[in-house]
Amino acid sequence: MTDQVHQGGDAAQTEQPPVAPRRSGPVRVVLVDDHRMFRTGVRAELGTAVDVVGEAEDAEQAVAVITATRPDVVLLDVHLPGGGGRAVLAALVGTLPDVRFLALSVSDAPEDVIAVIRGGARGYVTKSITGPELTMAVRRVADGDAVFSPRLAGFVLDAFAATTEVADVDEDLDRLSQREREVLRLIARGYTYKEVGKALFISVKTVETHVSAVLRKLQLSNRHELTRWATARRLV
Amino acid sequence: MTTTGNATAGVPVASGEPPARRLYRNSEGRVLAGVARGLADHLGVDPVAVRVAFVVMAAAGGAGVAAYGMFWVFAPQNPFGQARPADRERDLTMALALGSLAVGGLLLLSALGLGLRPGLAVPLVAVGVGVVILWRQADDDSRMRWRQATGTSRLSGAARAAAGIGLVGIGAIAILFGAVRGGGTSGGIMAAVVVVAGLALVSGPWWVRMARDLTAERNARIREQERAEVAAHVHDSVLHTLALIQRHVADPREVTRLARAQERELRGWLYRPRPGTGGDGTSTPSVSTALERVAAEVEDAHGVAVEVVVVGDRPLDDRLVPLRDAAREALVNAAKYAPGTAISLYAEVEPGQVTVFVRDRGPGFDPDAVPADRLGLRQSVVGRMTRHGGSAVVRSVIGEGTEVQLEMPLDSRQTPRDTRSSQ
Repeated sequence: MTDQVHQGGDAAQTEQPPVAPRRSGPVRVVLVDDHRMFRTGVRAELGTAVDVVGEAEDAEQAVAVITATRPDVVLLDVHLPGGGGRAVLAALVGTLPDVRFLALSVSDAPEDVIAVIRGGARGYVTKSITGPELTMAVRRVADGDAVFSPRLAGFVLDAFAATTEVADVDEDLDRLSQREREVLRLIARGYTYKEVGKALFISVKTVETHVSAVLRKLQLSNRHELTRWATARRLV
Repeated sequence: MTTTGNATAGVPVASGEPPARRLYRNSEGRVLAGVARGLADHLGVDPVAVRVAFVVMAAAGGAGVAAYGMFWVFAPQNPFGQARPADRERDLTMALALGSLAVGGLLLLSALGLGLRPGLAVPLVAVGVGVVILWRQADDDSRMRWRQATGTSRLSGAARAAAGIGLVGIGAIAILFGAVRGGGTSGGIMAAVVVVAGLALVSGPWWVRMARDLTAERNARIREQERAEVAAHVHDSVLHTLALIQRHVADPREVTRLARAQERELRGWLYRPRPGTGGDGTSTPSVSTALERVAAEVEDAHGVAVEVVVVGDRPLDDRLVPLRDAAREALVNAAKYAPGTAISLYAEVEPGQVTVFVRDRGPGFDPDAVPADRLGLRQSVVGRMTRHGGSAVVRSVIGEGTEVQLEMPLDSRQTPRDTRSSQ
């Protein structure tokens, strides 16, 4: 029985060199959420790591504030008065390509998650995220990478796992490559990007590249199964 | 409930569509019943164009009159429109409109081959004008009810209604006399038909209104029931939990436990299929529901937060019960030895096997040192899995946390080669 308990590969790895930040100065952020208490809390948690340049509490105000301030990252609540986060994305994603959106929500409903990602958000985190994790996620999105929560990774695996086929070419929009699948599995297991890189013997940068590729597939794929999965999961 | 209401068909990515537009008759800027104005608003064209179209159609065999009548009956009034205050000029235009309607009605009659016999046509036109007055008055009445207008125009309303009824009655009597004078057995039948038709025309507006009121009342009752259900649920669970949390402010663990339990319960209520709507509530639980339940039990018992992510699903058969129990043990271990840290449970259901990972971010331990207090993990997790034909792997790094990997093959009872340990 003892042989079943063995040490995993993680410990044997050497530390990855820390990745140098690609951006100098604090990231400029706009907070969009209809709960003032929550905005105050997020502002406090982000602290000095980012520069909160604006706040909005509904879709219309959000569009105005974002257009006026041109932030690097918008922390966008999914459920907002005036059409929700989707309305903000629909109004701005095409016109302000430099502004990146990170969806932040209490909802775990698959249709909400998938809808904002397909609407153009570069990531999705739940509101239970800790301060340092949120700061990290904001930086990551500001750098143009994608941020997947374990649950979002699970959704994507579920959505793309209807067939066991694996993409031979990374350019295939309708399937995940073997490597992308492995990365998503580890994220779903609660691994940070750094830990994923360590487990797969790849750099954090490569992990980010894989996750961004998955995000692109999720946004662009017209795959029948993706639609069907989302429809089948539409509860209530 | 409000979040998904607008996506009833097609892809969920479609942005929220505006609610379906309804055709309303618009009493604002109406001449007769607001049909032309409402149609114009609905189609986005000039009301004059619509009116001209109606007139042309009326001239062409009276079809316009028939169409106008249909719209009047079937399109509801716009309850949000503002009615113009009635004035003399309006009444004059209305008389004009009534006149043209009468001419149109005569044309319709001649088109139907009834000819323009004055003995029949004049009473018919009288009936028609009377009906129009009655229906228009009914519109005014219902609008008045929405606005709770004062009774100043009550009198003129009653006068108009009386005029309408009178016109219909006189017309009917005239037709009746014509028919009886025609003689024969058909005269009696004709009389009965005329009386019934007259009554139907006079009481028509009230029948229509009653039917609409019934529908509106039923909708209101359904909404009221929904609201009561939500209120009851919020009261029973959420308010209750908030009260408990306030009582336990000094005990952070208890507060966490209460908040997590309430969150879980509320999520379940909001996002799960309702019983009786095709949910799988009573049948054998699936792997995902079983694991979620196990995680909930551990959260409740130990005051920790467990994030559960399940990919794929299948019914929880006998083979998978040990897997569930082992997962529970792994969670309990994580809760005990890594309190206050995030615990993740990830399960993947594949055609050939089910894999579960339980990960914590606690202090970790050295598996080679085999601490005596970790016998529980050995016995209840690893032992249970191997006894039932599965396998378990425990990885732990001091300072980083522990991960337990459980695999249960679905095809054969043999212990599979661990294909994933190479990671």
